[in-house]
Amino acid sequence: MSSPFAKLPAWVDYGLMPAVNVAVGFLVAGLVVLFIGENPVNAVSILFDGAFGSLNNFGYTLFYATSFIFTGLGVAVAFHAGLFNIGGEGQAYIGGLGTALVCLALDKYMPWYVTMPLAIAAAGIFGAAWAFIPAWLQAKRGSHVVITTIMFNFIAASLMAYILVKVLKPLSAMGPSTRPFETGAYIPRLGQISEFFGLSAGSSPANLALIVALIAAWLVWLLIWRTKLGYEMRTFGLNPSAAAYAGIRSTKIIIVAMLISGGLSGMMSVNTIMGNVHKLDLDFVSGAGFVGIAVALMGRSHPVGVVLAALLFGVLYQGGAELSFQVPAISRDMILIIQALVILFAGALENMFRPIFGQLFARRETSAAGAA
Amino acid sequence: MAAPLPLAIELIHIDKKFGAVHANKDINLSVAKGTIHGVIGENGAGKSTLMSILYGFYHADSGEIKVNGKTAHIRTSQDAIAAGIGMVHQHFMLVENFSVLENIILGVEGGALLKGGEDKARARLKQLADEYELDVDPDQLIEDLPVGLQQRVEILKALTRGAETLILDEPTGVLTPAEADHLFRILHILKDQGKTILLITHKLREIMAVTDNVSVMRRGEMVATRKTSETSPQELAELMVGRRVLLEVDKSPAKPGKEMLRVENLTVRDEWKVARVDNVSFNVRAGEIVGIAGVSGNGQSELLATLAGITKAVSGKIFIDGEPVDPVHEADPARMRERGVAHVPEDRQHMGLVLPFEESENSILGYHESNAYGSGAMLDPEAVRADAAIKVRKFDIRPDNVRLKTANFSGGNQQKIVLAREMERDPKVLLVGQPTRGVDIGAIEFIHKQLIAMRDAGKAILLVSVELDEIRSLSDRVLVMFAGRIVGEVSPETDEGEIGLLMAGIERREAAE
Repeated sequence: MSSPFAKLPAWVDYGLMPAVNVAVGFLVAGLVVLFIGENPVNAVSILFDGAFGSLNNFGYTLFYATSFIFTGLGVAVAFHAGLFNIGGEGQAYIGGLGTALVCLALDKYMPWYVTMPLAIAAAGIFGAAWAFIPAWLQAKRGSHVVITTIMFNFIAASLMAYILVKVLKPLSAMGPSTRPFETGAYIPRLGQISEFFGLSAGSSPANLALIVALIAAWLVWLLIWRTKLGYEMRTFGLNPSAAAYAGIRSTKIIIVAMLISGGLSGMMSVNTIMGNVHKLDLDFVSGAGFVGIAVALMGRSHPVGVVLAALLFGVLYQGGAELSFQVPAISRDMILIIQALVILFAGALENMFRPIFGQLFARRETSAAGAA
Repeated sequence: MAAPLPLAIELIHIDKKFGAVHANKDINLSVAKGTIHGVIGENGAGKSTLMSILYGFYHADSGEIKVNGKTAHIRTSQDAIAAGIGMVHQHFMLVENFSVLENIILGVEGGALLKGGEDKARARLKQLADEYELDVDPDQLIEDLPVGLQQRVEILKALTRGAETLILDEPTGVLTPAEADHLFRILHILKDQGKTILLITHKLREIMAVTDNVSVMRRGEMVATRKTSETSPQELAELMVGRRVLLEVDKSPAKPGKEMLRVENLTVRDEWKVARVDNVSFNVRAGEIVGIAGVSGNGQSELLATLAGITKAVSGKIFIDGEPVDPVHEADPARMRERGVAHVPEDRQHMGLVLPFEESENSILGYHESNAYGSGAMLDPEAVRADAAIKVRKFDIRPDNVRLKTANFSGGNQQKIVLAREMERDPKVLLVGQPTRGVDIGAIEFIHKQLIAMRDAGKAILLVSVELDEIRSLSDRVLVMFAGRIVGEVSPETDEGEIGLLMAGIERREAAE
C-alpha cells in the first residue's frame, strides 16, 4: 500500500519504459502526419535519413545534441536539489555574452586552445551569475525559482538585445551581432580532426565542445553520486525536512545547485558561438534551454540518460529540419508538433504506462516466486 | 446469550493484492449485531486494507460482503453509507474552519439553500445528543474544539448519515487517557442502543477493555477470532506476532551519574509567535532515561527539535556535558551532533530518513561529513556500504541488503536504521521521539532493549512518546508536558490516572479538590 506503483526491474524502468514512451510519441506524431495527408512511414524514413544518412547529417545531429547535453545537465543538476530551473534559456544566453567577450578580446592574439578554456570558464561564470539572483531570492526570500527563472529569461533576452544593438555591434554592421571572430576563437570541428587522421568527413559544425559536454556529464555524475555536496543536494531535493534534520543548510544547497545549473547551461553557448557561427547573434540559443528541460526529464536527471535524450532531440532537430525541407507539407511548425508529442509522452506522461508494466512484471515476479 | 445474535457484517473470502503485495488473503470475518468487535494486528497486517474494502475505498479482487445477511455491492463510500456503515478515520476528515453543523451537513446539504438542511441537522443533533450522550455545540468551529470533541463530531457525522455499524480506525491515538475512557463509554452506549462497532487498533489494552470479540490479523491473514473474555493480552500478542513476546520491559534500577543535558528557561515560539515551549527547565543525567509524557501537540516536538538544533529558541540556555550551547543564536544540528547529541526524530519518514535513498545512504545522514565516508569533498560509496553493513548486522535490520531502497523496509526496520545510525555514534545525549510509533511488537521489544542498554552504558536519554505505557515502562523519571510547559515531574510508578490528569492540564491540587 505504501507505494502506488509496484517496483519494476531496472531494465524495464530505465530501458523499456522510455523506449515505449518514445515509440508511442512517434506513433501519435505519425497519426498527425497522416492527418495532413502525408505518408508517416516515408516521413520517418526521411527524418532518420536526415539525422543519420551521412556523416555530415550525423555531424549536425551531434552538434545539436552537444547544446542539449549542456542545458539538459544544467536542468538535471537543479532537479537533484529539488529545484526546477526553467531559466536555462536565459542562462545560456547570458553565458553567450561571456563567451563572446573572451573571444572578442583574445581571438586575434591567442590560438583556439587558449581561448576555448577561458571562454568555457567565462560562459560558466556568466550563466551562473544569471542563475544566482533567482537562487538568492529563493534561498533568502522564498521567491519561487520557477517564477523568477522564467522572468529572468525575458530579462536576459531584453538585456542581450540592448547589449548587442547598443554596445557590441560594430558601427558598420547591419544586423544585431558582434563582429565575426578571428580563427583564434574557432573550436576545431570534428570533421577537421578526422581529416587530420586521413578520414574524410563532412563540413558539419560538430566540434570539440561535444567532448567537453561528455566530460561535463561525467563530472556531473561524480558530483551527484560521489561527493558529499552531491549527497547533500540529493537529500535536500528528496526530503528538505531530513536535510534540515541532518544539518544541511538549505541556503547553501539552493545557491550552489543553481550556480552549477546556470553555469552548465551557460556553457552551451561555447558550442554554438565558437563551434559554428563564430559571432554572438541575437537569440542564438533558440530554444535549447527549454529543450534541456525535456532532455533532463526524459533522461531521469541521470547524466547517461541526459546524453541519450540529448541525442534523441538532436535527431529530432536535425532530422526534422531535413523533413520540413524535403516535404513542404510538413512545415517547421509540424516538426515542432512532432517534437512536442515526443516530449509529452516521454516527459510529461512518463508514468502513463507504469501501472500496466507494474501489473505485467509484478505478476511475473510473484509467479516466479511461487514456482521457487 | 442462548441464540446466536444476527450478523451485522459478514466478510466472506475477501482477497486483495496490490501488485506483488498480498494485503488480504482469503479473509473471513463475522460481526454480530450489537457487539463491539476488535480487529487487532501489527502495522501492515492488512487491517486498514480490510476496512477500506468494507468502506468502499478499495475494491476486493474476490470475495463477498454481506450486510444484515444480504449481499452488498460496496464500490464507493456512498454505497457503504447507504448500507448503514460509517467510518471514523484515524486522521479526521473535518473542515477545520467550518462549524460543527456545517461539517455535519457536508455532502448532504439537501438543496441549494442551506437553511433547510441545517435546521434538520440541528434537530437531529439534539436528538442524538439525548440518545447517546454525544453533546457538542453545533455552532462552534472545529478548530476551537479539543481533539476528543472533534472525534465526537466524526462519530456524529456517521450517525446522522444513518450508520448502524461504525468502524473506528485507531481512535485513541490522539486522545488523552481520560478522553479515551470517555470514548469507550460512548461506544458502550452506542452498543446498548443496538449499534455495531468495529474497533481497529494495535493496542492490546483497549481490546481487552472494551470489545466483546476480537479478531487477530497477521501478514494479511485472519489468524484467529476469540471471545475477549476468553483470551489474554499475552495470547493476543503471540497471535499478532506469531511467536512469544515479552510485554514487560526488563530493566534494573538506574544508576544516574553526571548531568549530561541541562535545559534552563527554554522558550520556543512558532512563526505566529505562539510559545510552543514555554520557559522549560530540566536536566538529564548519564545513565538515566527521562520520559516526557503528554498528548501529542503540547510542545514535545518543538522541544526535541530545539534540543537537536533544528529549531531556534527565543530564549533559554542548553548545557551539554557542562558546556553551554546557545539555542537562540547557535541553533545548528551539525554542531549539536559534534557536541555529542544524537537525535532519533519523532517522524522518521518525514525527517529521519530519505525514503528513496539506499539503506546505506540513510545510515550516514547527518554524519556524512565524516572523513570515514570519503576524504575531503568526496564520498566513497564502498566505505558507506561497509559501515552500513556493520550496523545492519548489529541491529538485525531486515532484509540485510544495504543497497535496497529505504522505502521498501518495514516501519520497524526503518526505525532500526535510524536508531543504529544515532546510537552507533556513541553520543553523550540521545534524544528519542516516538521510538516505536508504527513499529510492530517484535521490533518494539528489540528497540526497548536497545534503549535500556544505552542507558546502562551511561548515556543520557530523553524520551518523548505519546504512548503512556512506553513512557512508564522505560523511564526512570517522567516529566509531563502540557501547553508547552512542564506541569509536573512524577515517578514512572505513578498511577496512570494521575499522569493522565496532568496530561490534560489539570494540576494535582485542582484534581484533589
